[in-house]
Amino acid sequence: MQPTLIAKVENKPGVLNRVASLFRRRNFNIESMNVGRTEDPDISRMTIVMENQDIDARKVEANLYKLVNVIDVQDVTNHPTVLRDLALIKVSSTPDQRSEISNLANIFRAKIVDVAPDSVIVEIAGTEDKIEGLVELLRPIGIQEMVRTGQVAMLRGTSTGVRHTPGANGNNNIKSKNGRQLN
Amino acid sequence: MIKTGAEIVCECLVREGVEVMFGYPGGAIMPVHDALLEYPIHHVLTRHEQGAAMAADGYARASGKVGVAIATSGPGATNLVTGIASAMMDSSPIVCITGQVASYLIGGDAFQETDVTGITLPITKHNYLVTQADELAQVIREAFYIARSGRPGPVLIDICKDAQLEETEFVYPEEISLPGYHPPSHAPMSELQKAAELINKAKRPVILAGHGVMMSGGIDELKLFAEKTQTPVAMTLLGLGALPASHPYALGMMGMHGEAYCNNAIQNSDLLLAFGMRFDDRVTGKLREYAPRAQKIHIEIDPSEVHKNVAVDVVLVGDLKTILNDLTPLAEPSDHEEWLDTINEWRADSEERDILSWPDEDQLFTAHVIKSFWKTTDGDEILTTGVGQHQMWTAQYYQQEKPNRLITSGGAGTMGFGLPSAIGAWFAHPEKEIWTIEGDGSIQMTIQELATAVQEGANVKIMIINNNFLGMVRQWQEFFFDKRYAATPLTGPDFVKVAEAYGIPAMLITENKEVPNAIKFAKNTPGPVLIEYQVEKEDAVYPMVPAGAALDEMIRRPISREEKAGAK
Repeated sequence: MQPTLIAKVENKPGVLNRVASLFRRRNFNIESMNVGRTEDPDISRMTIVMENQDIDARKVEANLYKLVNVIDVQDVTNHPTVLRDLALIKVSSTPDQRSEISNLANIFRAKIVDVAPDSVIVEIAGTEDKIEGLVELLRPIGIQEMVRTGQVAMLRGTSTGVRHTPGANGNNNIKSKNGRQLN
Repeated sequence: MIKTGAEIVCECLVREGVEVMFGYPGGAIMPVHDALLEYPIHHVLTRHEQGAAMAADGYARASGKVGVAIATSGPGATNLVTGIASAMMDSSPIVCITGQVASYLIGGDAFQETDVTGITLPITKHNYLVTQADELAQVIREAFYIARSGRPGPVLIDICKDAQLEETEFVYPEEISLPGYHPPSHAPMSELQKAAELINKAKRPVILAGHGVMMSGGIDELKLFAEKTQTPVAMTLLGLGALPASHPYALGMMGMHGEAYCNNAIQNSDLLLAFGMRFDDRVTGKLREYAPRAQKIHIEIDPSEVHKNVAVDVVLVGDLKTILNDLTPLAEPSDHEEWLDTINEWRADSEERDILSWPDEDQLFTAHVIKSFWKTTDGDEILTTGVGQHQMWTAQYYQQEKPNRLITSGGAGTMGFGLPSAIGAWFAHPEKEIWTIEGDGSIQMTIQELATAVQEGANVKIMIINNNFLGMVRQWQEFFFDKRYAATPLTGPDFVKVAEAYGIPAMLITENKEVPNAIKFAKNTPGPVLIEYQVEKEDAVYPMVPAGAALDEMIRRPISREEKAGAK
């Protein structure tokens, strides 16, 4: 699994720019970054997938905390996580190819959401692997366009991700040996 | 109470304890300058916005408070940029207020419109664009809190002109809420114990004391720890003064132009204790060969600095003073006599090589100037520097006995920093004189601030080390570019005449024996004074670790004139 981080940030103008600028400045290459609203209107949530294994998630976390608007960062790499990516794929299709595409879509639990005289749009949500699988099968038929949202991630049940530097943001409830609250 | 945005700015600044600010007026910030007349804040008109940002930085470092700079939109704001970047690199708490075109004009390339929050995003700790008057009080409170807390740094507030003019109900926020900003303080006990274990078994420990020691106010705690564990203390440029230079455990400055015995101690150490420093390339040399036998403990408030350049064994994230208070009781008293003796042998060799040990042949070396200055002033002055050879010689020869006395641009290496930061520092200590040591190249980057010093009657004493070269670059050309002096010879102005044109008493010194009198003259003359020293043109700062070399691969000063001649 590629290094994947979930960041909760304040829902304010320019925060996405701050995060993107930080990654560029520190030379962190990202595979995808998804930003969206959450259950709390004041908080946005980012799912950040780093490009390769060489990038130290701890380093990314520590740098994110330099941004005043970043509230919490968890590293969910290799944790029990639901990961989803959504893709829209426009495939060239003569009327007699439609059933073949429809069959493939069914196998992958994808949907055909638009039909035009010479193309169809397939919508698929799932893990990266699953989407890659369908893409490979559709490619010989002829992919005209594709768009993907990038991954979103949510930890299963009560599991938590890793916070690499406890206390990095001062609010991680670190206790001393005698139980005294240190932060 | 109904107030304009501009009045709210002033009201909030007064409540933050601001007494002086440094700036330059212009169209988009006029309402604030106008309102300032009604408030007890002294506005210092610099001659360039860069000088304003640097003066605010000098004020912040000398006072321990937040420095404030103010400028108009567009070019006014972009002129602040170099000063802001310096403050960022050296973790100096300043707040910069810039005017911006009216909010309804933003994005339309209006006259003097520049995306200042965009430009300063990577060189500020945080920044704000304010488009409505009712956001101002909250933003200014947050800005000052962010600037001075945690790892301090510059914060910029860009205020649209219509927000400055707009009237609104002024409510001072009693509390601020920053859900994503909680500077760490304590380190967990488990990590403290791991650190103590390493400390207690170390045989050749060295403390690396950085700016963070002073920033956290941990001077006494550092001394206590060093003495209890008998650990020598190497200092970064900005850490000088963390332990008095005369203390038997003080090793002086480390790094590219650090003391040879200090660098040798680091390279031969078995435990490095990094206290509020960030392993800059100027202090580590070649990373792969840096302190190869040493385990490392890093105490640092900014978690992104940990493992950044040097991988360490124990990480203690938090406030240095707090952590030392927690850690020192866990450390056992140790005896490192043997290690200290070894270092002292290296120290003796360095003293022999020192240029001050050369017989006097009527040459004026900068080392002589600084040493005489140090003796004449009992090493007790607040001083600022520009950037270059004179800066390194000042660090080497003006030995710091007290903290927060040397104000210099470390991380950014910003030429021209000396004069404006000295003016800023004087406003923090108007009862004292502030000295600035500048090079003939460096001073000319901000020489227009002589007028500011005169207009304010600032008691700044300006010493220009003139070697008619951009000396540090010339030195690199001598060592690494076959003495091809590309773009480094300087035909300077007659600095004494320049000073006189500004109405500043000045003198030219060419001989070592005149130095004490010149310094006494400067001390006894109120207000700004300028002394130009015509020094050896092609002297070099030694030792020198060439860029990319290991820390103990130093170019040393030839032991005598004869050896120097032979080397050529």
